[in-house]
This record gives sequence, structure tokens and C-alpha cells, in this order.
Amino acid sequence: MALAVALAITCITLATCGLFVFHPWWFPSPISTLASRIDVQFNLTWIVCGILFAAAQLTLAYFAWHYRGSRSGAQATFSRGNNILEGAWAVTATVLFLGLGWTGYRLWAGFPFQGPAPGAMRVEVWGEQFAWYFRYPGPDGRFGPPHPDLMSDGMGNYLGLDRQHDLASRDDIVTTTLAIPVNRPVTLILRSKDMIHSFFVRELRLNQDLVPGRAIPIHFTATRIGRYKIICSELCGMGHYKMHADLVVMTGRGFQEWLRKKAEQQ
Amino acid sequence: MPEAQILSALQPQAPRPFLRKYVFSTDHKVIGVQYYLLGFLAVGIGTILSVLMKLHLAWPQAAVPLLGRLWPLGAPGGVMTPEFYLSLLTLHGTLMIFFVLTTVPQSAFGNYLLPLQIGAREMAFPRLNMLSFWLTLASFMILLSTLFVGDGPPISGWTAYTPLSAVGSIAGPGEGLGQTLWLVSIAVFCVGSLLGALNFIVTTLLLRTRGMMMMRTPLTVWAWFISAILVLLSFAVLLAADSLLLLDHLAGTSFFIPAGLVVSDQLMTQGGGSPLLWQHLFWFFGHPEVYITILPGMSITSQMLSVFSRKPVFGYRATVYAFLAIAAMSFAVWGQHMVASGMNPSLAMSFATLTMVIAVPSAAMTFSWLGTLWRGKIRLTAAMLFAIGFVSLFVTGGLTGLLLAQPPLDLYLHGTYFIVAHFHIVMGAAGVFGIFAATYFWFPKMFGRMMNETLGRIHFWVTFIGVYCTFMPMHFLGLAGEPRRYATLTGARFFAPLQHLQVFISVAAFVTAAGQLLFVLNFLWSLRRGQPAAPNPWDACSLEWTVPSPPPRNNFPGKQPVVYRGAYEYSVPGAPRDYIMQDEPEVTS
Repeated sequence: MALAVALAITCITLATCGLFVFHPWWFPSPISTLASRIDVQFNLTWIVCGILFAAAQLTLAYFAWHYRGSRSGAQATFSRGNNILEGAWAVTATVLFLGLGWTGYRLWAGFPFQGPAPGAMRVEVWGEQFAWYFRYPGPDGRFGPPHPDLMSDGMGNYLGLDRQHDLASRDDIVTTTLAIPVNRPVTLILRSKDMIHSFFVRELRLNQDLVPGRAIPIHFTATRIGRYKIICSELCGMGHYKMHADLVVMTGRGFQEWLRKKAEQQ
Repeated sequence: MPEAQILSALQPQAPRPFLRKYVFSTDHKVIGVQYYLLGFLAVGIGTILSVLMKLHLAWPQAAVPLLGRLWPLGAPGGVMTPEFYLSLLTLHGTLMIFFVLTTVPQSAFGNYLLPLQIGAREMAFPRLNMLSFWLTLASFMILLSTLFVGDGPPISGWTAYTPLSAVGSIAGPGEGLGQTLWLVSIAVFCVGSLLGALNFIVTTLLLRTRGMMMMRTPLTVWAWFISAILVLLSFAVLLAADSLLLLDHLAGTSFFIPAGLVVSDQLMTQGGGSPLLWQHLFWFFGHPEVYITILPGMSITSQMLSVFSRKPVFGYRATVYAFLAIAAMSFAVWGQHMVASGMNPSLAMSFATLTMVIAVPSAAMTFSWLGTLWRGKIRLTAAMLFAIGFVSLFVTGGLTGLLLAQPPLDLYLHGTYFIVAHFHIVMGAAGVFGIFAATYFWFPKMFGRMMNETLGRIHFWVTFIGVYCTFMPMHFLGLAGEPRRYATLTGARFFAPLQHLQVFISVAAFVTAAGQLLFVLNFLWSLRRGQPAAPNPWDACSLEWTVPSPPPRNNFPGKQPVVYRGAYEYSVPGAPRDYIMQDEPEVTS
């Protein structure tokens, strides 16, 4: 039985480490420099955690077998503990964990605290049960005020814009797909009409809640052209599972063309 | 003085009728068993719910005819609707966290064993104790009633984030009456828990027998005591938050509802509140809550490893300090659940730093467990197997916590299956292993009979392999970015290659769930047909093993014991046996 326990724990440890090393299921490729830096921090953490994982599990497995009571001449050795060893391990763990936290901190300090890069393109992201809408400010660079009392999905006025009376709203472009030009800093301003939703694009490694009553900015620069999925990752109701949209990263010229066509459709 | 009153109540009386003896009893042992049976029922229902959920995730079109007959709206033709899935998810989480993991390790085993382990004849407030149980049972019934009312249980998860849980039925099915009943159930549970915590704290502080200094008590006493303090402080906050949410939900207030909400094209009139306030209040409770669910299990593991290695706990004092450190810090890390919430990103850093630090006492505990095994004489009973399993699972789950503690990494992993894997391993697996270890260990004391060891070992193997097969692959679903709380995983193309992993997990879950029937059979069969148990079948040192199995009404026949030593005197050099009971005055060589 002792051998079985040791073997089982060892196999689980090897299988787990193997799965992480060969990772048949893994993150998608990153599409921004920030995403790549996050991946570096992930890899550092995997290595540290992997070493601790293997060390602890294999020690457990070894002890369970080596100190089995069925071995001949088995005797327990009385010991109340070893405060020096315990203290040394506590200090080591503290340094290790805080060190890991420190490298993570330097990465964190790099993005949510910084304001947008100069010239960043601003796009509003609106979430509601169960759809995404995106608003571009148009040539005037200003977002018109949304009026909750005018919001009506049935009438197609998703964001409650009053294009008649609000000058800033006249050139706003509302779409159901988020298109952005490649290699251009972008600021998304996240807003919600009703519940808490969450904007999650795996390839950007970005995930931010949309909180009703707030406008939350996130910044990034996409470095690869392609079509990526935006999924809602905060439970928002019965249609949460189908609240998806597309993020399309285009060439600069392609984006201008796309935006022009969308403006015509408003 | 409380002792005098208790003693007078325990004088020999006329035999009590069945109802007074087994149903409306103030005997802490009966109440402990009642809590245990409630937990048993809750885990059974919670497991069935999870099996249904996994069935639906793996095969979304699968029809379960019974489901269709019982809930034609939720599962027309037996095929689950998305809202029904979310209802089951909400009930599953609520049942498992509150009625299994908070109730069994603390209220069931704690109530049964705390007075025995400290040499007391009863808890400090026996009638309050009875009230606590009946309130908990009432809470359970109210929660289950949501399955049979209106448009079903709420769909907002056990976390009940606002505004989804606050604005009423316009937010979705189950958000009207279902959510109201859920909130009432939680409020009643809070009151029952607070009264129970009061009992534990006063009992531990005032009713220890002569010689039972705090540093001589078993670690389980420390864990129950510290968990009770956590319950007192955190459940009070949950009760307050729950009350405010009930007001928003029923009385038109706006504690958690911001202005200008437009739900399904309808402009809401409530406004001026903050959805983030609910999260802060909930997680201020929620984080200590997870330590409440795990601290007793950690102490039980220490206990098992010591008894079945025939060695003292390696670093008893260090373990006590670790418990105290974990408990104190647990109130300062709640923001780790809110990294993507929109709160100030500076807060993410302070919470993250403390989260890293709280991992240190947990690492120290792991060191202590390994140290207890080191140079021991290990006996692999079923209880010991589950304790070893606990260590393995706690290491796994704890280390993924180091990832989640870092805000830039948590940003990606939050809301994915990685989180689901993490908390299931620490709570659903390790926490439950603590319960199993405790059951196999204390069943003889509680029911006077031994459980079947062979069945217990088979149960261990099925469960240990089963939980790793179920929850280890789940990490990879999360790394690939698959979100949690999705009723169906068909919306995005990247879900498709992950589906066979979902199927594997579901099959593993079914096998593991089925394996628990071995435990149920063993439990029920042993109640009637198990080998009669001696007072001390495991040769253990703590006071509960000095009395008959099961103990008499007043716990200690004759005088209360006097304690001369700690609870882990195994293999003491020069002693005649490899264990010395706590109430043995001197060792004769």
C-alpha cells in the first residue's frame, strides 16, 4: 500500500509536470508587447511553482513509502520539531514569494497606472445583456452624451444618442465589431448599460470588468493583424454564454476604409 | 457560573423520549451528528447538481427525462436551458460552500469533539447550540425551496454580484422570488453561524478542564476556536451586506445599484449606489470564509499524520502561530478577488503582496506535515490515506494560488476555468478529504463501531485518482482561455478543440461521484454491522479517547479529567507504550 501511494503521487507529479512542459492546451499567441511581457512572467512563475510542486509532492511520496510501518525494525523517532529549520524555511518562502510578487509588480506598474500614449485612438466599449456595442468618436474626436432615457434596442438607438440636439453625437459611429489599426496605441473606455460584464480578449491577455455607472479605460497596442474573439467573462445573466463580438486588427488603410463605410451606415 | 448550571442539568434524569433525545436535543454530541447528517444530505444534492452540470457541458443536447418531468420550464424535453444551468450552478456553490464545507468540519466535528477534547461536559450554551442547528436546517430548507417556486433558483452564482442580483426579475429568471429566498436563506444561515461561533469561543475560553492550557490542546481545538472567531467577524459583515441587498431587492433602495441603469430597454428608477460596494463587502466575508472551510481540515490532517506516524506534530507551536497568522491576514486580502473589478489598481498591489505573504504560513504548515511523517512509523489506515491525500491536494491548489496572486496574471485567469480548478482542488478536494479523514477517524467514537477499512481504502483510491483526473485538466481549459459559468461552450471557435477535455473531465467526475457510494454504503452498513469499537482503537492521546465509544451523556463518567501534558506524546523515549494519554499523571518505566 505504501508503495502504491508513493507511485501514485509520483505519477501524478510527473504527468502534471509533463502536461505543463509539453502543454497540448495552452495560451494563444500574444498579439501585443504587453501580452508578451505577461507571458514572460507566467513562465517565471511556472518554473518556480513547478519546482516547489515537484519537491513537495516527491518528498511526500518518498516519506510515505520510506517510513512505512511495515518495514522491518520500524521505529518512530521522537521529535517535537526544529524551530531553526522551520524559521529558515519560512524566511526562504517569504523571500521567494515576495520576489515573485516583485517581478509581477514591476509588470503591473507598467500598464494600468499609465495614462494613454499621446495620440492614442479612443473607442468606447458598451456591454449590455447580451451584446457588445462599440463607439468611435468620429472626426470631431468627441463622444456625444448617452441618454439612458433614450436607450432603446428595439429602435436601434443602443447608446441613447440624441443626434438631433447633441452636436458631438452627430458623427459618432456605433458598430457591433471592434476594429482597430495595427501598431497604433488604443484606449478602450469600458461602459455598461445594465450588469457587470467583462471584456476579455485572450490574445491581448486583457480582462477588465465593465461596471455600470463607471467608465473604465484600458490601453494597449495590437501588433498582429487578425480576427480575435471578445468574450464576456463576468456572469451577467442567462445569455452570458453567448455574449461575444469580434476584435479585428487591420492595416491602417484598411481601418480607415472600414470606418468610412460604417460612418455612412449610421 | 455556567459549569454549575450545566452540571445540574446533567444530573441523572428519567429516560427521555425519542424526540428529546435525538431530535430536539441540547447534547452537543447529538447536535454534532445532526450537523453531520445535514452536511451529508447537502453534499449528496450538491454532487447530483454538479453531475447534471457536467453532463450538460460535455453533451449540451443530452436529455434527462426525469429533469424534464420535474422542471418542464427549466429543462423542456429534459434538455437544460442556459438559465437552468446557471440556477444549478448557484445552488451547487451555495450548498457546497455553506452547508458542506462550513458546516461539517466546524459545526459537525467541532460541536461533537470540542467539549470532549478540552475535558468539558457540554458546550457553554447548550440551548443556543440547539437553536443554531435548527436555524441552519431552516436556512437549508429555504434554499432548497427555490427549486420549487416561481421561476426557479437565482442565476447570479453563490457570489450574487450586483446589479444582477439586486434589480429583481427584470434581470433574468430566478432573480425575483428565487433571489429573495436565497438572500433570506443566507441571512438565517448567518444568524445560526454567529450563535454557533459564540458558543465555540466561550466554551474554549472558559470550559477547559484543569491542566488543559491552550498550548496543550489538540490542534483541532485551536482550529475550531480560531475559525469561530473568523465566523464571528466575517459572517457579521455578510449578514449586513445581505440585509442591504435584500433592501435593494425588495424595498427600492440603491446601496448597490448605480443610477441610469437600462435593463432590457427599461430605465431603472433606483440609483446612487455602487456595485463595487457589494463586492468589497462580500469578499471581506468571502476570503476569511475559505479559511474557515480549510483550517479545521488542516488541523485534522496534522492530527492524523501525528497519530498514524506515532510522532508528535512537527512544530506544534509553529503550527499554532501559522493558524493565527493565516486568520489575521485573511481579513486583509479580499481584493485578490477583485483585480479586474475596476477598483483602484494600486489596491491590487497591496492585496497581492499580502496574498503572497499569507502563502508563507501555509508553506510552513506543509513543512510541518512533512516533518511529522519524517522518521515516523506510518500506518496507512483509511483516515491516514485521506490525510496524505489532503497534503498532496493542498500543495497543488496552494501553488496555483501563487499564480492567481499576481495581478497581471490574474487578469487573464480571472473568470476562466483556471479559477474553478484552483478552488475545487483546495476546497472541493482537499477540504472534503479533511472531512473524510475525520469521519474514518472519529466514526468509532461517535457511533461505537468501526468502519470497514478495506472499503475505506478503495474509497480513497477512487477519490484521490478521481479528483486529480477531474480537476488537473481543468487548469488547461483556463490557460486556453475558456470562461467559467458558461452554460454552453459553442459560441467561439477556440472552444471546439477544448471540448474533448471537457468530456474527459465529465467522465472523471461521474466515476468519482459514483465512487462516493462506497463511502455512503460503508457509513450506513457500519452503523449497524461495524465491529464494536473500543474506547481507543487508534492508540491516540487526546481526551476523547479516554471515554467509552460512544461517550455517555455527560462525556466523562466520574470526575472530569485533569491534564498533565500535550496531545501528541507519541514514541516518547523511555515511556512504556508508544503513546501517553493527556490525563496520565506520570510515566512509569
